[in-house]
Amino acid sequence: MARTDDDIIVCRCEDVSLGEIRRAIAEGATTLDEIRRITRAGMGPCQGRTCRLLIASELARKTGKQVGEILPSTFRPPMKPVTMGSLAELGEEEDR
Amino acid sequence: MRRTADAVVIGGGVIGAAIAYNLLKLGMKDVVLCEKATFCSGSTGRCGAGVREQWGSKGNCLLAKASIDMFERLADELDYPHDLEFKQKGYLILAHTEKEWTQFQKNVALQNSLGIRSRLCTPEEAREIVPALNTEGMLGATYNARDGHANPFHVTRAYLTAAERMGADINYFTEVTAIQVSGGKVKAAVTNKGTIEAPIVINAAGPWAKPVAEMVGVDLPLFTQRHQILVTEPVGWILDPMVMSFSIGIYCQQTPHGSLIMGIGDPHEPKGYDIGHSWQFLRDMSRIITRLLPVLKDVRVVRQWSGLYTVTPDAHPILGGVPGLDGYLQAVGFSGHGFMLAPAVGRIIAEMALGMEPFLDVSNLDAGRFERGEYNVEPSVV
Repeated sequence: MARTDDDIIVCRCEDVSLGEIRRAIAEGATTLDEIRRITRAGMGPCQGRTCRLLIASELARKTGKQVGEILPSTFRPPMKPVTMGSLAELGEEEDR
Repeated sequence: MRRTADAVVIGGGVIGAAIAYNLLKLGMKDVVLCEKATFCSGSTGRCGAGVREQWGSKGNCLLAKASIDMFERLADELDYPHDLEFKQKGYLILAHTEKEWTQFQKNVALQNSLGIRSRLCTPEEAREIVPALNTEGMLGATYNARDGHANPFHVTRAYLTAAERMGADINYFTEVTAIQVSGGKVKAAVTNKGTIEAPIVINAAGPWAKPVAEMVGVDLPLFTQRHQILVTEPVGWILDPMVMSFSIGIYCQQTPHGSLIMGIGDPHEPKGYDIGHSWQFLRDMSRIITRLLPVLKDVRVVRQWSGLYTVTPDAHPILGGVPGLDGYLQAVGFSGHGFMLAPAVGRIIAEMALGMEPFLDVSNLDAGRFERGEYNVEPSVV
C-alpha cells in the first residue's frame, strides 16, 4: 500500500501520526487540548515542543483559522524530564 | 444549538456526559449539553484516574460498586473506538497509624457486608502484591482486586459520542449564564449563545456548581481546593495496583500506558480556584514516594499539573433536586472522587429526571442533609 502523509509521525514521543490528528479534527476537535486528550500527542517527554506547532498548523488549515487563533495548551513544569531522586533532594528554602 | 429541549445538562465533564447519555438511553428525546470550554476541561481531565470500591461509608461504597459494574461493560455499551484503558489491578491502601488500622478493619467489614471483596493484608502480604513497596513502619493494608484505573478523557468522550449518536446536542464554549424560573418551575437555560427553553436543567458543573446553583437561588455548602498531581515518563512494569495512604495523603498508580500518575492531598491548601503549580509539590511528592517505592528514584517526571476538588462537609456528593423548585437537579460536590462514581450517578440522575425510582436509593445524599444534621464524614479520602 502506498504511504501517504497520513503516515507521517507528528508526535514522536507518543508515536502519533498525522492521520490520527486529522481523524480527531474530523471528529470535532478544535483545540490542542482536545487533540492531546484524544491522541496523547504532546503528552510525552518533550511535552509537545516538536508537535505543538505542526498540530496547530493542521488545526488552522482544517478549521480555516489563523495559527495564532488556535487555543494553546497550558505549559507546565518541569521544562525537561527530571528524576524523582533529584527532585527529592531539592532544598528546604521557600517552604510552603 | 437547539432552542428547546426536554433537558439541559450543564457541564461537559464525566458527570454531565454520563447524565446526558443515560437520559437518552432511558428514552428522553431532546437533550442539550452546554460546556463552557471543551470536554473534560474542569476536574475530570485533571483527576488521578483511579476507580475503587474501598470506601468508608455505605453510600460511597454502593455508588462505587455499581459504577465498577458499569465500567466493566462500558466500552461495549458505548461502542467507542478507542481503548478506555480500564484496568482492574486493585488498590492497596496502606495503614501506618493505629487509628487508620482500626478504621480499615471497620471499612473492610462494611465493604464485605455490601458484597465488596476487599481484605486486610499484613505488610508481608502487601509486599507480595507490590514487591517494590517499602513496608517499614507499616501496620498493614487493605486490598481489593476489583479496583483500578480508567482513562478519564476517553470515558467522558465515549459517553458524549454515544449521546451524540442518540441525538444529543453537545455544545462546547457555551456557558450557561442564567437559569429562568417561574412559579417554582424551571423554564429555560440562558447561555452566551442564546436561550434554550427546557423544563429540566441539571447542574453538573463540577467546580462551578456553586455559582450555577446560585442562579436558581440555591446556596450549596461547597468549596473548591487545588490538588496537585504529576505524571512520569512511561516505564516498564513497576506495580499493579494503586498504592494509597490517607495518613500520608498520597496516591500513586501505574497506568496501562506505563506512566505513573501520583498526587498529594495538602491540608494547608487554601480554598479557591487556583490551578497553578508549585515546585514544592514536585519535591514533597518525590520525597514521599521514593521512600515508599524507592525504585521510582530513577523515573523521570514529565509534567505536573493541578485540578480542583469540589468539597462537601461530608465528602459525599450532593445528588437530586431541591424542594420547591420543579425541574432543577444537581450532581455536585464529588469531593475528589467524581470520576469513579460517574457511571452510577449518570443513571440515577437520569432516572430522577424522568420521574423514575433511582436504582440505588440516594435520598440521604440530598442537599438538605446538612441543615438536618444527618450526615457522616467519609474517612477514606486523600
